[in-house]
Amino acid sequence: MEMRLVSEWLRVCTVREIPRQGSRVIDLAGTAVAVFRTAKDEIHAIEDRCPHKGGPLSQGIVIDDRVACPLHGWLIRLDTGHACAPDEGCARRYRIKVEQDELFIATDD
Amino acid sequence: MEKMKLVMIGNGMAGVRTLEELRKYAPDLYDITVFGAEPHGNYNRILLSPVLSGEMTLPEIMLNDLDWYRDNEITLHAGKKVTNIDRVHRVVVAEDGTEAEYDRLLIATGSSPFILPVPGNDLPGVIGYRDIADTEAMIEAAQTHKHAVVIGAGLLGLEAANGLALRGMDVTVVHLMAWIMERQLDKAAADMLQASLEQKGLKFKLETQTAELVRGESGRVCAIRFKDGETLPADIVVMAAGIRPNIDLAKAAGLHCNRGIVVNDTMQTFDPRVYAVGECVEHRGTAYGLVAPLFEQAKVCANHLANFGIGRYQGSVVSTKLKVTGIDVFSAGDFSGKGAEEIVLHDRQGGVYKRILLKDNRIVGTVLYGDTADGSWYFQLLKDRQDVHDVRDHLMFGQNHLGDAGHKGESHAASMPDSAQVCGCNGVCKGDIVKAIKTHGLFTLEDVRKHTKASSSCGSCTGLVEQILASCVGGAYTPSDSKTKPMCGCTEHTHEEVREAIRKEKWLSIPEVQLGMNWTTPNGCASCRPALNYYLVSTWPHEAKDDPQSRFINERAHANIQKDGTYSVVPRMWGGLTTPDELRAIADAAEKYNVPTVKVTGGQRIDLLGVKKEDLPKMWADFAAAGMVSGHAYGKSIRTVKTCVGAEHCRFGTQLSMSMGVKLEKMLFGMWSPHKVKLAVSGCPRNCAEAGIKDIGVIGVDGGYELYVAGNGGIKTEVAQFLCKVATDEEVLEYSAAFLQLYREEARYLDRTVHYVQRVGLDYIKARVVDDAANRKALYERLLYALQDYKDPWLERAQGVEKHEFVPIRFHRKGDALSQEAEPA
Ligand code: SRM
Ligand SMILES: Cc1cc2nc3c(=O)[nH]c(=O)nc-3n(C[C@H](O)[C@H](O)[C@H](O)COP(=O)(O)OP(=O)(O)OC[C@H]3O[C@@H](n4cnc5c(N)ncnc54)[C@H](O)[C@@H]3O)c2cc1C
Ligand code: SF4
Ligand code: FES
Repeated sequence: MEMRLVSEWLRVCTVREIPRQGSRVIDLAGTAVAVFRTAKDEIHAIEDRCPHKGGPLSQGIVIDDRVACPLHGWLIRLDTGHACAPDEGCARRYRIKVEQDELFIATDD
Repeated sequence: MEKMKLVMIGNGMAGVRTLEELRKYAPDLYDITVFGAEPHGNYNRILLSPVLSGEMTLPEIMLNDLDWYRDNEITLHAGKKVTNIDRVHRVVVAEDGTEAEYDRLLIATGSSPFILPVPGNDLPGVIGYRDIADTEAMIEAAQTHKHAVVIGAGLLGLEAANGLALRGMDVTVVHLMAWIMERQLDKAAADMLQASLEQKGLKFKLETQTAELVRGESGRVCAIRFKDGETLPADIVVMAAGIRPNIDLAKAAGLHCNRGIVVNDTMQTFDPRVYAVGECVEHRGTAYGLVAPLFEQAKVCANHLANFGIGRYQGSVVSTKLKVTGIDVFSAGDFSGKGAEEIVLHDRQGGVYKRILLKDNRIVGTVLYGDTADGSWYFQLLKDRQDVHDVRDHLMFGQNHLGDAGHKGESHAASMPDSAQVCGCNGVCKGDIVKAIKTHGLFTLEDVRKHTKASSSCGSCTGLVEQILASCVGGAYTPSDSKTKPMCGCTEHTHEEVREAIRKEKWLSIPEVQLGMNWTTPNGCASCRPALNYYLVSTWPHEAKDDPQSRFINERAHANIQKDGTYSVVPRMWGGLTTPDELRAIADAAEKYNVPTVKVTGGQRIDLLGVKKEDLPKMWADFAAAGMVSGHAYGKSIRTVKTCVGAEHCRFGTQLSMSMGVKLEKMLFGMWSPHKVKLAVSGCPRNCAEAGIKDIGVIGVDGGYELYVAGNGGIKTEVAQFLCKVATDEEVLEYSAAFLQLYREEARYLDRTVHYVQRVGLDYIKARVVDDAANRKALYERLLYALQDYKDPWLERAQGVEKHEFVPIRFHRKGDALSQEAEPA
């Protein structure tokens, strides 16, 4: 199944396909993006690279609106991509939207 | 809804700590107004000593500056002393007439130096040592005058004297008692301390009573006269002969006071609307003068102010540490020696003195001089009332747990250079730690870990970090009491309480536990979630639902994550045995999936490292087809059972160690545990399988097996202890399973067997597992029940379970657009 996308919004999957308090990895032509679904069903997408030493954030434990990096335990905020104090750093954030349970990601920013 | 009004009187360390805790529990409950007699924000009073000695500056010791009050919407009346509390109209009034109404009131007025009632005690140049103003007065006197006298050789007096001497004054310390710091030290330690302070230039006059302070021509104090008639010149006299809780205000308001304002275990005064914390308080007959217990009070008080109502303050045991650079003194508990046994080490030349006092096999007090490395360990044992019978013979030599990365034997934290490396895992030097403690105002090990990462990985430098913390903040550092320590920041409950409740209430899911036990966070944290998940699945096997999202990635994906995000696969080799077919399957898989590294592990099997996550299920499928299962080289679970060749081949072998090892590993397949579990079976006492450092070590001997438990070859090597001797293979299985089940049911998450056994004692294990046959059988049955029908998790995933975990949603570039790749069939 191959489909062309007209807008800059790419359809990713349905929200239900992402485990609650978990994540899915999207491979955007070689760039790994992690989409998270929190306990409250909020969806966030950030680059799948920890600002510390590049750990795959998608593999971490999700706590509220943060994820604990699986490598050395930094806490990264899902809504901003920022590391929680006292650590410093930021992972790139991606715009997303949800329409009727379908998740879209923006590729333009 | 209108917020309640909280007014706090006294803007010091205990009070502001209460507000900080309250902010964590209930940030929006109150409109807060604070009155402070001093014209500053809240500063770290403890560090006035290094300011006096010139090692730090005032701006460095601010804990909460004025911005903090603004950011937290707290109204601060700095420099306004409260003179009246009107409990009828619920309003407090300050000297200048400023008023504030309250729904709840918090009194945290601290204490004041005790001023000796001698003639001349009000002359200019006579000061107490309490606040910034006093410190500034002392620094100024040192610039213009020569002679200083400090009355009182307690902690404060000595730190004042040391500071004044470092600022170039000629300092004499006058003390009523026969030796210095008599409330903290015994005579031997005090004499050693006095000698080293004398070397630094201080003079001492002991057993001396002050008669009068003499007024000089300028109107300022010029001399001090003693009862024995002797006179000494004195341009400045520092009164450090004790402190008095500030209770006048509370007393005038009709609140019940003895020495301090009397409070109950919830930090309430006799008026339930009025709380009090800090040095102004008397709790169960004791008024504390050190920060650590006050912080405990603050926590409890905040909990009640937040209407949570679960904390109780039950008093504290305190320890002290003198903050004079280059001198290590530590004392804790009761060392008067009444009715106690003592162990003493006294090395006069080496400048080391250690005294440990024991009652009923428990530490009741300790005094250390020169080498205080183990101070916090002894203090922990003391607070935990741990039975030290088993370790008594090497108690004096300490925990020996300071060293992995080149600082073995390094015991003088105070004299280590700033450049010395403390944490080998994270490359943190002493200077980094000291700087973080001072600039961020840190008081706890957890805070230091967060800010510097020191001791946050393998933890072997914990002792050293604790020592550095203690030498920076003095008695303000106390190791937390491990018997009452909450599981994590999300709850007040201990591991044991949580486990007990899960059993009693028959909770089957994490949200049930969190709701039932009033978790303060909506979803827990990365430390409690995995623990709760383990407690649930181990308490209610086959009933509680495993929550993959609360498992660390290695357990969730059933493979070990690598630094570059790839994984490793370690096929199980039961008892370390393999076959040509299995080796062929491994070789094939390594080629097929381009595995960059193939390695023999320390656990007698072969590791395929650097596997892409997506390839994992395919690789497992190939292994399954070859009749193999993968292994947990990760996870809090059964790991390996190492074996030697044993009686199968070896000329010395007395038992079939390989087959015993295979039986054990097959029995334990699929076992989750508080931490990882490793076993080894050797065929004779030559012990080629290294059974002496395993959670369970089995050693074949003529006529049976010796069983050893609670060994560990990891961060801190621990030799396994002899449990018992058994005759048959079946008994090896039964005893091992029973021991492990006990550990699974009672240990705290992340305790290895050694930590658990150290806590409960080997005698307890023997009573439950060896002496009580019925209980042993029951434990054995419970473990077998938990393990029955365990499904091979790798095979399941090879067949498509949790597919989303392994397969990314993939988009390709096509011209300008991205398009989704077809899902693999
Ligand atoms: C693969 C192996 C090293 C090797 O190449 O030989 C290994 C690799 C790791 N060990 Fe180990 N340990 C390995 C044998 C050991 C041994 C020796 C043994 O098992 O006989 C020990 C000491 C014995 C013991 O545990 O009592 C050992 C003591 C540790 C420790 C310290 C445990 C402790 O309680 O002190 C850790 C840290 C931990 O588990 O928290 C650890 C953790 C780790 C981790 C899992 C670190 C991690 O979380 O990522 C390593 C994974 C490396 C990687 O990138 O895949 N590893 N590790 C060995 C696997 C054996 C196996 O077949 O399962
Ligand atoms: C030099 C020095 C070194 C120390 N070293 C150590 C150490 O190494 N380890 C350790 O554990 N402890 C040490 N202490 C003790 C520690 O500082 C105190 O235990 C702690 O500060 C007490 O906290 P508190 O909030 O009860 O009182 P404080 O911190 O004294 O705060 C009380 C505040 O209330 C204000 N106040 C009083 N009455 C009124 C009123 N009517 N209206 C408005 N405001 C009022 C006071 O001005 C003061 O600012 C040291 C103390 C000093 C002075
Ligand atoms: S394999 Fe073990 S010893 Fe080696 S670096 Fe990793 S954790 Fe440390
Ligand atoms: S790479 Fe994420 S914490 Fe180190």
